[in-house]
Amino acid sequence: MEQVIVNGLYLGAQYALIALGLTLIFALMNVLNFAHGQMYVIGGFLVYEIYGRMHWPFVVALFAAAATLAVIGGLLERFLFRTVIRRSLREESTMLLAAGVAYFLDAAILLLFGEKQHGVPKIVRGVFVSDNLIIPYDRVLVACLAILFIVAFVLMMQFTKPGRAMRAMAQDRVAAQLMGVPVEFYSLVGFALGAMLAGLVGGLLVTITGVNSGIGGPISIKAFTMVMIGGAGVVGGAILGGFILGMLESVGLSVLHSYGDITYLAIFVSLLIFLSIRPNGLMGKPWG
Amino acid sequence: MSFRALAAPVAAVIMSIAVTTAADAADKTLKVGFVGVTSGPAAAWGTSNVRSMQTLAAIWNEKGGVKIGDDTYKIDIVTFDDQKDPKRSIAGMEKMAQEGIHYVVGPNVDDGAAAVRPVAEKAGIIYFPYAFPKTLYVKPASNAVLGMVANYQSAPAIYKYLKDKRGVNSIAFVAANESDPLSQRDGGVATAKALGLKILAATDTYQNDTQDFTPVLTPIVKLKPDLLVLSGVAPANAPLLIRSARELGFKGLISTETAQDAKVLQEGAGDLANGFISVGGASTPAIRSNAMDEFIARYTKMFGEYNDESNTKVYALEYIVDTLKADPKAINDIAEFKKEMDVFSAPNPFVKSGTLHYVGMTSFGQKRQIAVPLVVQEFENGNFKTLFVADVD
Repeated sequence: MEQVIVNGLYLGAQYALIALGLTLIFALMNVLNFAHGQMYVIGGFLVYEIYGRMHWPFVVALFAAAATLAVIGGLLERFLFRTVIRRSLREESTMLLAAGVAYFLDAAILLLFGEKQHGVPKIVRGVFVSDNLIIPYDRVLVACLAILFIVAFVLMMQFTKPGRAMRAMAQDRVAAQLMGVPVEFYSLVGFALGAMLAGLVGGLLVTITGVNSGIGGPISIKAFTMVMIGGAGVVGGAILGGFILGMLESVGLSVLHSYGDITYLAIFVSLLIFLSIRPNGLMGKPWG
Repeated sequence: MSFRALAAPVAAVIMSIAVTTAADAADKTLKVGFVGVTSGPAAAWGTSNVRSMQTLAAIWNEKGGVKIGDDTYKIDIVTFDDQKDPKRSIAGMEKMAQEGIHYVVGPNVDDGAAAVRPVAEKAGIIYFPYAFPKTLYVKPASNAVLGMVANYQSAPAIYKYLKDKRGVNSIAFVAANESDPLSQRDGGVATAKALGLKILAATDTYQNDTQDFTPVLTPIVKLKPDLLVLSGVAPANAPLLIRSARELGFKGLISTETAQDAKVLQEGAGDLANGFISVGGASTPAIRSNAMDEFIARYTKMFGEYNDESNTKVYALEYIVDTLKADPKAINDIAEFKKEMDVFSAPNPFVKSGTLHYVGMTSFGQKRQIAVPLVVQEFENGNFKTLFVADVD
C-alpha cells in the first residue's frame, strides 16, 4: 500500500505542476490554452538537445527550456492572443486560436525534432529499496523539485507585486484596470509564466519519461482533467486536482488491474457525475 | 505557301513528337503508395517503412529505374501519415486510389488495416499491412498481403526457446488498451497455455499515451514472473516500461513480439534494457548480402541513422516490383498479381542465399504473406544480437 501511495504522490506532484500553467493563463485571460501540452513537449525536447545531446549541465538545460518557453508564451500573447481578444467579442475566438496554435506547434515540433521517442541520461542514479517501498532517487528528486516550484509559484502569487496584480486581474479584470493595474503587461507576464511552467515541467520530466512529438495532445487533456476537478482558474484547485488525479490513477491501477483497463473509465465516469453536482470543480467560482 | 516553307515547321513538329515519345518511354513512373503511421508514439514503425521504400527507390532510380516487361520505370513513393487513426487510413487509401496507385505498403496497425479493406477491394489495390488479424488474409479477403512475421508465428518460437534455454516457467502479460496489442496479448496467452507455462497476469493494460508506467507495473512485478511480455508494445513505450519494471526490482526476462528501435531503447532505458528480447529485422549481419549492406549504408546516409526494423520493412517494395517483373501485366491488373503470387519465386537480394516467395498456407490457407526470415534478437549495450533465425511456414 505504501508503494501505491508514494506512486500517487509522485504522479500528483508532476500533474499539479503541469496544471498550474494552464490554470494561470485561464485565470488571467479566460483563454483555454489547448497548446499547453505542446509547450510541455518543446520544453522536453530542449532539455533533450541541450542536456542529452550537447551534454551541458542539466540545470542549464532546464533554465534554457523555461526561458525559451517564456519567450514563446510572451510572443504568442503579444502578437496573437492580445490581437484576437481586442478584435473579437466572442470567447470562442481565443479557443480556436489556441487550438490552431496547438496544431501549428505539433507540426513544427515534428519537423524540428522528428518522430522518435527520445530520452536523456538519468540525473541521479540509484534506487531506494525497503520492505514495502521501491522508489528511484531521480523520482524523489523530480518530485521534490516539482513541489519546490509549486511552493515558489504560490509564494510569488501571494507576496509579490506582480503576483498580487495577477490575482486582482483573475478576480476582476476591469476593477484591476480601474485601480491602475497595467492589465496588458500582466497578461503578457502571466501567459509567459504559464508557458514557462509548461516548459519547466516538460524539461523536468524528460529525465523520467522521455519525450516524443505525439504526446502534446494527451498531456493537454490530462491537464484539463485536473483543472476540471480542482476548478478552472484557481491555483489551489489545479494543485488539488493534480494530486487527486495522481492518487486516483495509482490506486485505480493497483486495485482494478485484474479487471482490465477500467481505471480511466472509472475516473471519467466519476468526473462526469462529480461535474454534474459541482460544475465549477472543488474550488472554482461560478463567475470564473 | 510553298512546300519548302512548310517543311521546316512540319519537321520540327515531327521531331518534337518523336523526342517526347522517346522521353516518355524512358521516364515512365511507377507510383507505389504508403499509408501508415509516421507521427506519435508508434511513428518508428511507419517511418522505417517510408525510409526503406525511399532508400530502395533512390538506389533503383539512380541506376536508371527498374525494367518491368519492355518498359523502364522510375519508382515514385507516395506517402500518407494516417497518425494511427483508422479514419485517416481510409482517407489515405482513397488518396492512393485517386492517384491510380494499385500497390500500397501499410497500414501499420490492425484497425487501420481492417478499415482500408473496403476501399482497397473496391479500388483494385493490393496492400501490404503490418497487422496480424487473420481475417485480413483468409478468404474471402484477397487484397491484403502480410508484410512481416505475425506474433502468432513468432510467439511460439520465442516462448519455446526461453522455456528450453532460459528456464522460463511463469509468464505475465501487459498490453496497451488498443486492438493490436490486445489481440497480440490474447494470442500470446493462448500460446503460453499451449506450452504449459504458468500465466500469472493476462489482463493488465495501460493507456497508450501513458508516460509513467510505475503504477501500471507495480502489481505485476509483485507476482515475480519469469518472463514479462510487453504485448504489441509501441517503440516509444518499450523503454519506459522496461525502465519502470527494472527500477521496481524486476529480475526476470522481458520480451515482445514487435520490432523495436535500438537507439530509442538505449536513450530511454540504457543498460536497463540489456537482455530485452524482441523480433528483429530480417537480415542479420550473419546472413545478409552485399546488397543489404549497400541498402543500410544508403539509408544511413539519407536519414542520418538506421533502424534495424528496416531489414524487414525493405522487403515489401522489393516483393511488389519483383512480382511485377515476373508478370508485367499485373502493373495495371491486380488479378494478374494475385495469380502470380501463387507461383512467384525470385532470388532474395538481401541475404546470401534464399528466395523471395509468398507464404501463408499454414496460417491463412492461401499465399498472402511475404516470406522473410524470422529473427529473434536480444538487446545488449546499445545493439541487438541475434538469438536465432527461423522460417514462418
